[in-house]
Amino acid sequence: MPLHWRTDAPFAGAGPFLPHGLGRSYGDECLNDGGVLIRTRSLDRFIALDEDRALLTCEAGVTLSEILKLVEPLGFGLPVVPGTKLVTVGGAIANDVHGKNHHRAGTFGAHVEELELLRSTGERIVCSRASHAPLFAATVGGLGLTGVIVSATIRLRRQPSPRVDAETLAIRDLREFFDLSLESDARFEYTVAWIDCLARGRHLGRGILHRGNPAQEIPPPPRSSRRLAVPFELPVSPLNGFTVRAFNAAYYLRHRLSGGTRRVPRDPFFFPLDGVDRWNRIYGRAGFFQFQCQLPPGAAEPGLREILSTVAAAGEGSFLAVLKNFGEATSPGLLSFPREGSTVALDFPNRGSRTLRLFERLHAAVREHGGRIYPAKDALMPADQFQTQHRRELPAFRAQLDPAFSSSLWRRVNPGE
Amino acid sequence: MAQAVVRRVASAGGEVMLVARDPEKLRHVGDDARVRGAKIADLLQADLDLVGGHAALLDRAFAALGTVDVVLIAQGVLAAPEDCERDPALAERVLVTNMVGAALLAQAAALRLAAQGSGTLVGISSVAGDRVRGSNYQYGAAKAGFSAFLEGLRCRMSGRGIRVVTVKPGFVDSPMTAHLAKGPLWASPDAVAGVILRAAERGRDVVYAPGYWRLIMLAVRALPRWLLIKLRL
Repeated sequence: MPLHWRTDAPFAGAGPFLPHGLGRSYGDECLNDGGVLIRTRSLDRFIALDEDRALLTCEAGVTLSEILKLVEPLGFGLPVVPGTKLVTVGGAIANDVHGKNHHRAGTFGAHVEELELLRSTGERIVCSRASHAPLFAATVGGLGLTGVIVSATIRLRRQPSPRVDAETLAIRDLREFFDLSLESDARFEYTVAWIDCLARGRHLGRGILHRGNPAQEIPPPPRSSRRLAVPFELPVSPLNGFTVRAFNAAYYLRHRLSGGTRRVPRDPFFFPLDGVDRWNRIYGRAGFFQFQCQLPPGAAEPGLREILSTVAAAGEGSFLAVLKNFGEATSPGLLSFPREGSTVALDFPNRGSRTLRLFERLHAAVREHGGRIYPAKDALMPADQFQTQHRRELPAFRAQLDPAFSSSLWRRVNPGE
Repeated sequence: MAQAVVRRVASAGGEVMLVARDPEKLRHVGDDARVRGAKIADLLQADLDLVGGHAALLDRAFAALGTVDVVLIAQGVLAAPEDCERDPALAERVLVTNMVGAALLAQAAALRLAAQGSGTLVGISSVAGDRVRGSNYQYGAAKAGFSAFLEGLRCRMSGRGIRVVTVKPGFVDSPMTAHLAKGPLWASPDAVAGVILRAAERGRDVVYAPGYWRLIMLAVRALPRWLLIKLRL
């Protein structure tokens, strides 16, 4: 059910309803099996731009890509961007997404001044930290379950250029990741590490640290870039132990050999996968699962060590393993994923029961170290793990739910509801 | 489709006056155009089915904009034939909005442009008007009428310094077609907007959007009547 105008009322039939933007969440959070998806992508209008106060108001289906295209020539940027710009504003809020500058800027939701929420009763509520604060806190990171976000006001960041002065460093092991991250977070706006999941023993945690600062320059005129695309689902995924091992080794070596700072465009630094349209098809018809967890500061190093050893031992090597330290900023949403500590994200091709067994071990490791799973990336977490990791926030969150809203994820982690 | 055209004009820093029936939607599209860089000469709520209002509306547009480069007529209503058969008032709306209102607005606008001595009138018709079928005969007949009217208007206006352009979109993923299932032949409003603006600038006076519809409609027009009936198209 598409929503074309923000004044429309889309609630026909019994529901349950769930807003759906571009569907870039990896799990079943953006699905609503047996229910009605309210598609917000057509709500793609800008509403107001206040350059003096650096505030942009737009409809919820506008993508971050469309915002950047509009505001960058005016000397602005988004204060937080996730790993893809092909997500809607509504989705960025509902998942309270984070980026490579979490240690400085916090989450996307931290820069949302207010939002307009359409409830299934037809009521429209403008909420912010000052007005309807409990509903605002439940909606930011609220997985689309409190109503349809129809518009939002976002605080932009002044930046002369979208480009980044980027540096890459080889890191030998996990210890070095923590040392270098600590040092880098103090001096760099953006930090993120890429880890070779197949490295074991004393090489555990071998990888590359990317760090960078916004370029201080008059930017060159943007060039239009051609996008590659994966034209169909590959019948057999080319990702196996051998190819992934070769890729990871080559990637490490390349960055080991080429050091130094380079001025790089926005897209390859922030949105490397956006360069290939429908890159997910490389995993073939069976697809893939993503795993992303957060571990509290004290447990981060032993927890990551256990997770990475488990992955290395299973030999289910990951194309993309991303490691980052979150900052201290308190996230604005009740269910927001980022919290102080470390986060790791891994992709695994779906190989059926082998993959499921690996996830069971990973979930157990997260639980044991007091960590939490990112619902936006999840398709497999057991219901009791969700209930436990959010036990403090769930009562307040439930009080703000729209009773006519639900999702496949919500039903999975709340059996019997 | 009109909204997609307005966005492209806005990004290029153009000046527009927008007319629409629904004041809320008009405001939403106007705000969007302004943020994207358009200069908004005026926003005007009007029901274009009320043809008596066309003259005043064009007065206001030409006064607000000064010289007008392009007049785009993009009004349209689509309804299923069975709904139109049940409700003659709905059938009337399909015929009036798509044909009578659009044609009379085109006539009045063409005369203003001719008086100005320059400019392009663009009317959005439809491939549905190229061969009217049972599955959309009220809409198809109205669009056929509009296409024919523009054809004659173009002849009538020749030598007066203006162009009359007919755009015939195929399947476009817009609010008007939100209820229909989409296939590979569907185009985005933005792609059609690109065709509309190129056509307004130069080239053929009758364009299909996207261009491959010219070939498809060549084939559909060539179908014998008995086959069209048999296929229940």
